[in-house]
Amino acid sequence: MANMSLKKNPMPSQDPNVRNKNFDEVALGYTEEMAIDEAQRCLNCKNPKCVNGCPVNVHIPEFIAKVAEGKFDEAYGVITSTNSLPAICGRVCPQENQCEGQCIRGIKGESVGIGRLERFVADYHNAHGHQGGAPAVPESNGHKVAVVGSGPAGLTCAGDLARKGYDVTVFEALHQVGGVLVYGIPEFRLPKAIVAKEVARLEHFGVKIMTDTVVGRTITVDELMDEMGFEAVFIGSGAGLPMFMNIPGVNYKGVLSANEFLTRINLMKAYLPDSDTPLIHPKKVAVVGGGNVAMDAARCAKRLGAEVYIVYRRGMEELPARHEEVEHAEEEGIIFKTLCNPVEVLADENDDVKGIRCIKMELGEPDASGRRRPIEVPGSEFDVDVDCVIMALGTSPNPLIKSTTKGLEINKKGGIVVNEDGLTSRENVYAGGDAVTGAATVILAMGAGKTAAKAIDEALSKK
Amino acid sequence: MYRIVRKEALRPTVTLYEIEAPLVAKKAQPGQFIILRVDENGERIPITINDYDRSKGTVTIIVQTVGATTEKLRHLNEGDFLQDFVGPLGKATETEGKKKVCVVGGGVGCAIAYPVLKKFHDCGAEVHAVIGFKNKDLVILEDEFRKSSSVLKVCTDDGSYGQKGVVTEALKELIDAGNQYDEVFAIGPMVMMKFVSKTTEPYGIPTTVSMSPIMIDGTGMCGGCRLSVGGEMKFACVDGPDFDGHKVDWDLAVKRNQMYRDFEAHKYEETCNLFKKEAE
Repeated sequence: MANMSLKKNPMPSQDPNVRNKNFDEVALGYTEEMAIDEAQRCLNCKNPKCVNGCPVNVHIPEFIAKVAEGKFDEAYGVITSTNSLPAICGRVCPQENQCEGQCIRGIKGESVGIGRLERFVADYHNAHGHQGGAPAVPESNGHKVAVVGSGPAGLTCAGDLARKGYDVTVFEALHQVGGVLVYGIPEFRLPKAIVAKEVARLEHFGVKIMTDTVVGRTITVDELMDEMGFEAVFIGSGAGLPMFMNIPGVNYKGVLSANEFLTRINLMKAYLPDSDTPLIHPKKVAVVGGGNVAMDAARCAKRLGAEVYIVYRRGMEELPARHEEVEHAEEEGIIFKTLCNPVEVLADENDDVKGIRCIKMELGEPDASGRRRPIEVPGSEFDVDVDCVIMALGTSPNPLIKSTTKGLEINKKGGIVVNEDGLTSRENVYAGGDAVTGAATVILAMGAGKTAAKAIDEALSKK
Repeated sequence: MYRIVRKEALRPTVTLYEIEAPLVAKKAQPGQFIILRVDENGERIPITINDYDRSKGTVTIIVQTVGATTEKLRHLNEGDFLQDFVGPLGKATETEGKKKVCVVGGGVGCAIAYPVLKKFHDCGAEVHAVIGFKNKDLVILEDEFRKSSSVLKVCTDDGSYGQKGVVTEALKELIDAGNQYDEVFAIGPMVMMKFVSKTTEPYGIPTTVSMSPIMIDGTGMCGGCRLSVGGEMKFACVDGPDFDGHKVDWDLAVKRNQMYRDFEAHKYEETCNLFKKEAE
């Protein structure tokens, strides 16, 4: 008999007033009892809509049935048959728009906590190891594939191919593996030890990783194929240059991109005393933008002791960030200044930021994106007293690879053009993730990595 | 990990390191830079390439000790390893098709000016050079410069060697003497590059400068290295490091580079004290 409770088992979390002063993980994870109880809420639908909602098609009812039986290791086997990075997806996927958004239980009451269960299964596995020893390493099929970038798209593509016996090398520009999972998403949302474990698992399957290698500078795509013998290349180089507002004062000291702020904190660990990387410790911060990256930046700034405002031109309803992230930010004391937009950054005589001038906005008719267009309210300017402004407005694709790869077609926004298989305009060169779409989510990037891996396998196995 | 195959103290605070990094050496061009980390907790610092040997697979950098990271670097020896060494980054300097150029180097910036000067020379240009230092004890690479230039002016601020005064005066003298330069190329402290640009502007001589703003990833991701050039936002790591000196917003660039000055000074002192303690 299914557990007919209308509500999900709540996620145990650190108290908001404690966690907003540390960088430890916010959500603590289900216990075995909670996981089994939650798993029993799944109706095991004959036609599971949740699976359609998952970009990597995890066999959700199957793994949940195993959890309900207490067979956590078998559940792990089900998940990892289609998902290379379960501990990460369980934490950062926008499940409410994907699997959980499709869940029948969500029609009357709350959906099954699929993400929380996925996380539980992965964490249980990581804590207890694999029953019956490490999984078998597939026999090599002799085909060499290069993956550019070790973020979610690249790691997924690499993992799927390695499991099929491909000789995969991942090229990473930074000194650490993980892309946005290590430089962007903060420790309190995705502990870096978890990323390291998932990467170690890929290495177990034979994936080779070369850090400190900038494709487009150190090596080009053509050299990978012509000189180094890679038969196919997957480009998952991620998003690129941060966007800034075109307003006066945007280059003053104390205005930085969310990418820079988060990289200093996450990748360079600048919040720890033994890091050599400098970090400003602002007193009052305005984070401009309303996406997940804005929430991450705001919550990091809060943890450094600042009073933090989110400045967003539309309303609370329109915030593009995950609902859970907004809720966490509010609980931690982030102040939302919605329906207002910066018009100027103010500074003192040394060019140090001392404030941000905003104008009030109201919502008009829906625009091309379907969201109601924000319109300035004339004469409603007001100043907010801040000493730091963080711009979290998205990114434009990195120019390094397109400028050094002949014949690689690029769209107007700078994204790499691909077909439904992830194939670019160049033979045997595939791409996926933010390099194609512009800033999007971890799971969409993983989905693209998976699609490309399948297409690469089909192309190379014919050879 | 990247091995230091040669270390040579050029001056008490200026050190040359030859680093084993075959992939970087294979691609390096004058004007490009690398990013290094000394150790696990190290920051990423950009340093422009001084020289490279493709057959040996090594890249040479010349570093002035100015902060915590360069102090740590100074304590490494031949055979030791750097944690990370990434590159070559940025665009190479355009050296083709020039008939006559003047290369201006300031202080340790001469380490970077040198390969550019050599390349201009190899491309067939007549090369003049002006190099400036605080005093005689800081003069580096004079012989190398002399080999590849037909006119060389060495200046020191205090007059302890060569011509007394700043590089802009010497440059102006050369221009006023009737030298028609297709381009002036300047590398050194930002203030020096600013005034070189101001010097050449009235003469309408195209002037290229090699910018060294604050940087983290160096691959076009963080946006820390942004500059205002001709009113447009540019990123030194992917659009540069070379820019038109007449278009750079210098005051802004100088101020932005001071963003972390207090932290850097504090960290430098802390590191020096640590090494002192170890020595005792």
